[in-house]
Amino acid sequence: MKARVTVMLKNGVLDPQGEAVRHALGALGFDGVGGVRQGKVIELDLAPEITEADVEHMCEQLLANTVIERFDVEML
Amino acid sequence: MRAAVLVFPGSNCDRDLARGFETSGCDVEMVWHKDTALPQGVDIVGVPGGFSYGDYLRCGAIAANSPICSELKSHADRGGYVLGVCNGFQVLTETGLLPGALMRNARLKFVCRNQILQVATTNSAFTSQYTQGQELRIPIAHHDGNYFAEPSTLDVLAAEDRVAFRYLDNPNGSQGDIAGVLSANRRVLGMMPHPERACDPAQGGTDGTGMFAGLAKILQQEHA
Repeated sequence: MKARVTVMLKNGVLDPQGEAVRHALGALGFDGVGGVRQGKVIELDLAPEITEADVEHMCEQLLANTVIERFDVEML
Repeated sequence: MRAAVLVFPGSNCDRDLARGFETSGCDVEMVWHKDTALPQGVDIVGVPGGFSYGDYLRCGAIAANSPICSELKSHADRGGYVLGVCNGFQVLTETGLLPGALMRNARLKFVCRNQILQVATTNSAFTSQYTQGQELRIPIAHHDGNYFAEPSTLDVLAAEDRVAFRYLDNPNGSQGDIAGVLSANRRVLGMMPHPERACDPAQGGTDGTGMFAGLAKILQQEHA
């Protein structure tokens, strides 16, 4: 079984890297990009007994820093 | 006085930090990240700068979960002193020993320069040798030093006088110009600037020596 974890900065936390990407897109002539948020995707190969709740614990303890980031777990 | 300096794969200021402690007369022992105990009788643990574990995942995140860091947490819980510099500050926020987080610099650039700091409180062992508002010239060298905390956390830090240093001419976008913060018991300090790089005239300045001297003085009083 696999899980896909998406980690994003919380809304309201300034994302300077996303802002830089937005500026670069504008410089390339791509108009109409109002905002860019950059995050990361982590894929996990899991033993069958691992549950979504287990993966959420992994996120809270290591994969995300919940001071600044939120996460989303997708079991595949 | 006994100091321990943690060493992670990718630490690169560990020996500088050891030298900083030695300037104030501390015996220093280096402790490898896989060790499961701190040396007996250690008064202060230094968490050095560098790029522990290559900054993988997030700066300091993997180091914060290494075996020695559970000992670090126990040491702090017992009221032991801890000094985290640069990547060490990032490790301390990741362990939860200090509030907030260090994010990518607002201008996205690695900043390496001499930085003027202002002493924001003298009420700690680390800052007791300075005067309130004193300006110090201390090097900074980081890519992720942009201090972030929830407004409620910033209020607590202000109310409890736990901001140790603030930047003049904020180099990285840190909220409230915060360069270093103290724990609630004032014995854990994390800071992005490198006082250990300002401990010898050959380094271009000695404004960092006051921190190590202040620590030594308080430790001597506690041992007396």
